[in-house]
Amino acid sequence: MTDCDAKLTGGGGLAVRLRGAVCLRGAFPALTGVNLNVDEGEAVLLRGPNGAGKSTLLRLCAGLAALRAGEGEVLGYDLRTESRSVRLEVGLVAHHMMLYEDLTVVENLEFWARLSGASANQAHVALRSLGVEERLHEVKLRKLSAGQRKRVSVAAVAMRRPRLWLLDEPHAGLDASGREALNEMINLARRSGATVLIASHEGASAEAVATRTIHLAGGAVWPSAPSTPDPWPATQPTATPSTADPSTAAQPKATPSTAARRRWRSRRLSARP
Amino acid sequence: MRSLLGLPARPASKAAEAPGHTGSRSTKLLGLALLAGVVALCLFAFVFSPPDSRTGPEGTPIGQFDAVRIMYVHVPSAVWGYVGFGICALGSAVYLLKRSAWWDRLAHAGAEIGVVFCGISILTGMIWGRPVWGTWWDWGDVRLVTTLMLSLVYLGYLAVRSLAAAPAARESRSAVLGIVGVVLIPIVNRSVDWWEDRTLHQKSTLEELRIEDLTLFTLVLGFLVGGLAFAWLLIHRFRVAWLDAEAENSEMLAAIEERRSEASTLNGTVAQEVAGTATEAEGTGTGAEGAGTGAEGAGTGATGATGREGTGATGRERQMEASRR
Amino acid sequence: MRSVLLIAAKDLRIELRSRVFLYQVIPFAITTLVLLGFALDADRAALRNFSSGLYWVTVMLAALLTAQRSVSLERSSGAADAIRLSGVAAAKIFAGKSLALFVYLIVLELLMVLGIVVLYDATLTDAGLAAATAVVATLGIAGAGTLYGVLAAGSGVGETLLPVLLLPVLAPVLISATRAFGDALGASSVNGWAWFGLVGLCSLLYMLLGGLSYGPILEADS
Repeated sequence: MTDCDAKLTGGGGLAVRLRGAVCLRGAFPALTGVNLNVDEGEAVLLRGPNGAGKSTLLRLCAGLAALRAGEGEVLGYDLRTESRSVRLEVGLVAHHMMLYEDLTVVENLEFWARLSGASANQAHVALRSLGVEERLHEVKLRKLSAGQRKRVSVAAVAMRRPRLWLLDEPHAGLDASGREALNEMINLARRSGATVLIASHEGASAEAVATRTIHLAGGAVWPSAPSTPDPWPATQPTATPSTADPSTAAQPKATPSTAARRRWRSRRLSARP
Repeated sequence: MRSLLGLPARPASKAAEAPGHTGSRSTKLLGLALLAGVVALCLFAFVFSPPDSRTGPEGTPIGQFDAVRIMYVHVPSAVWGYVGFGICALGSAVYLLKRSAWWDRLAHAGAEIGVVFCGISILTGMIWGRPVWGTWWDWGDVRLVTTLMLSLVYLGYLAVRSLAAAPAARESRSAVLGIVGVVLIPIVNRSVDWWEDRTLHQKSTLEELRIEDLTLFTLVLGFLVGGLAFAWLLIHRFRVAWLDAEAENSEMLAAIEERRSEASTLNGTVAQEVAGTATEAEGTGTGAEGAGTGAEGAGTGATGATGREGTGATGRERQMEASRR
Repeated sequence: MRSVLLIAAKDLRIELRSRVFLYQVIPFAITTLVLLGFALDADRAALRNFSSGLYWVTVMLAALLTAQRSVSLERSSGAADAIRLSGVAAAKIFAGKSLALFVYLIVLELLMVLGIVVLYDATLTDAGLAAATAVVATLGIAGAGTLYGVLAAGSGVGETLLPVLLLPVLAPVLISATRAFGDALGASSVNGWAWFGLVGLCSLLYMLLGGLSYGPILEADS
């Protein structure tokens, strides 16, 4: 995607818009009502203690975790109804590698490239730009170090040229040159109009590419320190109107059926998708 | 079995006080009718209807004598058990199409009652088989073997339902199982039928028996009483499933609330880290505020009604309960 | 179709590398055949009579292991998420995974025919019927195994849940494939091809149901 494309499709819109997003992990409420706006082209750093819900937030934005309540749009697609379109345009680097241990680096990348319609050439380009040496290409993933694997899994995402990058601890395990290569790649993606969400504990490396930091705790976004130059439009200012949002959105869905159905039916929990 | 006897003796006034009970006026009437039906069925099955005393061509007795009486429970419970599985499949299919919680609970109730009824049918079939065929389990009885296989499939369904998972995930998984089970019925039946074509078992009890008027009447009565029991159990099981889901939901809301309040204390420290001491107080202040509104918003989303409207709904509910009495 | 083959080829290639099937599932199947021989007191006549049934019971047990392996392959590496992100239709993923499972099981069944010929003294009188039954029955087993494997694993207790769910559902296949094989092995005088038809019907249903419901099951898995 070129700059021009990005501007056409982006049009200064929102890459991520979440209102009161509740998300379960098993029976555990991983997200407890996230309100978040991310403009297209932003690079947002998600911070927060372990178990704050950062990974789930990224999975939600990838269209992988189901929205239990609230509403969400990613890249203009509704998370409930158009999650398949969302998935095609996002790239997720997660804790687990998303790669097969018994395949070689190149086999892994070519598999994902073909499956998602990218070319094998893109795979090689991505590997090169992340500094994965040629000699490693035919090595099984099982035999790579954690840092090398990380580079490969970032390459697997990069070759798809996603419009929204979702990076879960991308710097963990990478050496200095790896971090540099990764940040370079992120900046390159941003220059071509992509939006980036990074969950990270590694302050310095991640902050180098981030335009804004938000804090997650207890499965929700908290207003960050007021000294941040950005006026965080996503969190506090919109919080008050947005609390009304889900109710007004969900209410019309629930009402007709409530009225039509008998008492026991009227106890419907929610307008589930 | 106690539940088959009708409503537990509980005065209506007490029931009105108890929140979240599953009785209503109509189910109480249904329960009373069921109770009367059970008494009538016992009288007809054990006292009025004659034993099966057919004789063969040479005058040898070939009837089942008193064992035939078990048929009045065995046959209806099998039929109603299959109706239960059918309801489960129907509910599952509609759930997958419409994602409606109502149909999911119905499917759950149908499967559970179906397993219970089929269990009764299998048990009575075995008890009947012992004196009549001289064996507890007859592999040649196609319908009995089919019923057992089907019950096992739906036990799997109930196993999946019993697992802790996100509600939507559990509902989708069990819906698939519920549909597969019913699609299997004809195939299981056909394969077992072909598999064991020794026709030890009578092809159809009804054809072979010299049905006397009273016998037929009792059997029909058995179907009716079985149907009443089925309906009564189904309604209550459905309501219990519904209340379970509500309880689960409010637990979830409480968990969300708790998680957020934990976070609001945590948030103070986070803000400190980032902002430094100068803006600390301010940061914590907005954090706490955010917690209040946010938690409400979360509750809202999860129930599909705002906190206030939520209580309003319960209020309406109570009014309705009151007006019903 | 391309993505179906891609997914199946990927599974097979991983198998060629990891050799789990070769060193674990196949020895398991042989052990089971031997144990069943012990259980029947190595009665030659009985073993020959029941060889088709013992054969298919063993296949089902081995299929349980293989289905579990097929699922854990995706889940342990987090690739299940990546496959969903690739945007491939659920029915195609289902077909690809089933195809790979099918290939494993067919290989296993070939070896096991040798096993029952050697161990149980069975003789293949109608190879055509046997082959046709094996292919069609295995399609059904692979389809049901793929669907239920994901369903059970997603519930978090896959190891214990999968047998409870899968085996009752596969009972019709077991019955009819056993009968058809009985005919093919000359052990019983039933009409094997009629039974083959029933096997086909079962397999068709499993593939159909699997293709339709794999999507909702995958989506629940989050």
